[in-house]
Amino acid sequence: MEIYQTISANKIKTWLIMFLFVIFITTIVYVFGKALGYGWPMVGFALILAGVTSFSSYYYSDKLVLATVKAKAIEKKDNPELFRIVENLAIGDGLPKPKIYIINDPSPNAFATGRDPNHAVVCATTGLLEKLNRIELEGVISHELSHVKNYDTRLMAIVTILVGFVVIAANFFTRSLWFSGGRRDREGGGNIQLIFLLIGIVFAILSPIIATLIQLAVSRKREYLADASGALLTRYPDGLASALEKISADRRPVASASNANAHLFIVNPFRGKDAKAWFSSLFDTHPPVAERIKILRSM
Amino acid sequence: MTIVFIIIIAAILLYVWFVYNSLVTAKIRVSEAFSQIDVQLKRRTDLIPNLIETVKGYAKHERELFEKVTEQRSALITAKGAKEKADVNNQLSQTLKSIFAVAENYPDLKASQNFLELQEELSDTENKIAYSRQFYNSNVMDYNTKLQVFPTVTFAKLLRFQPAEFFGTAEKDKEPVKVKF
Repeated sequence: MEIYQTISANKIKTWLIMFLFVIFITTIVYVFGKALGYGWPMVGFALILAGVTSFSSYYYSDKLVLATVKAKAIEKKDNPELFRIVENLAIGDGLPKPKIYIINDPSPNAFATGRDPNHAVVCATTGLLEKLNRIELEGVISHELSHVKNYDTRLMAIVTILVGFVVIAANFFTRSLWFSGGRRDREGGGNIQLIFLLIGIVFAILSPIIATLIQLAVSRKREYLADASGALLTRYPDGLASALEKISADRRPVASASNANAHLFIVNPFRGKDAKAWFSSLFDTHPPVAERIKILRSM
Repeated sequence: MTIVFIIIIAAILLYVWFVYNSLVTAKIRVSEAFSQIDVQLKRRTDLIPNLIETVKGYAKHERELFEKVTEQRSALITAKGAKEKADVNNQLSQTLKSIFAVAENYPDLKASQNFLELQEELSDTENKIAYSRQFYNSNVMDYNTKLQVFPTVTFAKLLRFQPAEFFGTAEKDKEPVKVKF
């Protein structure tokens, strides 16, 4: 019963964050449009531009990620045990078998990507396969499959796109400020337009920061949720807990991980940054591993 | 007054419509999950003739076991419904276990590459059956819960929805192990 409650609580929080995000984006576009005095046609143009960019990244984000982390697809004969684990757990989750990729890196870590369960990819490092026993590996794979099943992999892609949109809008606004100065004086729009302009400037500065924070918060909620549903699948939370212990005990970073893909991994791929102030913990892509292990052990 | 009446009726109809659709969806999920079990059961019944042929080559005297496993295999193929399939499948698991136990007595058989591969395949299939059963049962639980909560329970029978059967494990596995001294 405990696990079901964890899942539903996490789902509600996630929806709330997505809802706030949508309101945030809509407000920004409206404020920018007002402040510049361009009105709705300009907003429409920006939406189309961002839409085209988003649409193509929606379809190619997984391939891009796999290329940047230097992952390679493997066949069943390369690692039959891993294949069986993934096949079996996918059956238990009612998912089609995802493609399996391997990163040649001694640091243990794993992630999942793909826009829906039919295009899902599960990726593990060679370090992970060497260090973990079968039960722990099942824990990690079930965590990744939960990301696929809960459409986290899609959500993360969409959130990345939303953040990208905000950044584009903010850039667009700060640049166009230089060109719109004269026009505003002639129109004599008065105080209302000035107020909108000020709000617009504040938004332009704040929006990339806020958007990044939301992106990271979504990712952190998702990790707890995937832990919970992974445990529901294997019915053995201790397997994942002990895998997380082993993974976090290894201090080597994943060589090919970057800021752009760090949030995908099961444990933060940059290591050795434990002592942190409250503020910098806002920028974490992952919840503290100790906290996750504690929750898993109490299930 | 009539307007209020019409609105209330419309609201009830909308509600029933919504509940009906969600029940249909849940029911389809159950039968889809069941076909996943069938895929794995089929794989198992396909592997068994191979196993019998291989074991026969080394252990001719275990005729009784061969007959039993052949019989249960055809019973599994003809079995209908979750409960019957689960029962026959559990019996078959037991018989397969005794075949592998008997194989311990034949060193040549145990060393045979073919036999080892079959053993691996069959135990993998066993795991896959277990996972597909888990998925099926969780879908059955969702569906049955939807059927039995209030107020759905009051009209589910009228809409001809029946609770689905769980795909059970062998009763023997559930009993505590008896230790004798």
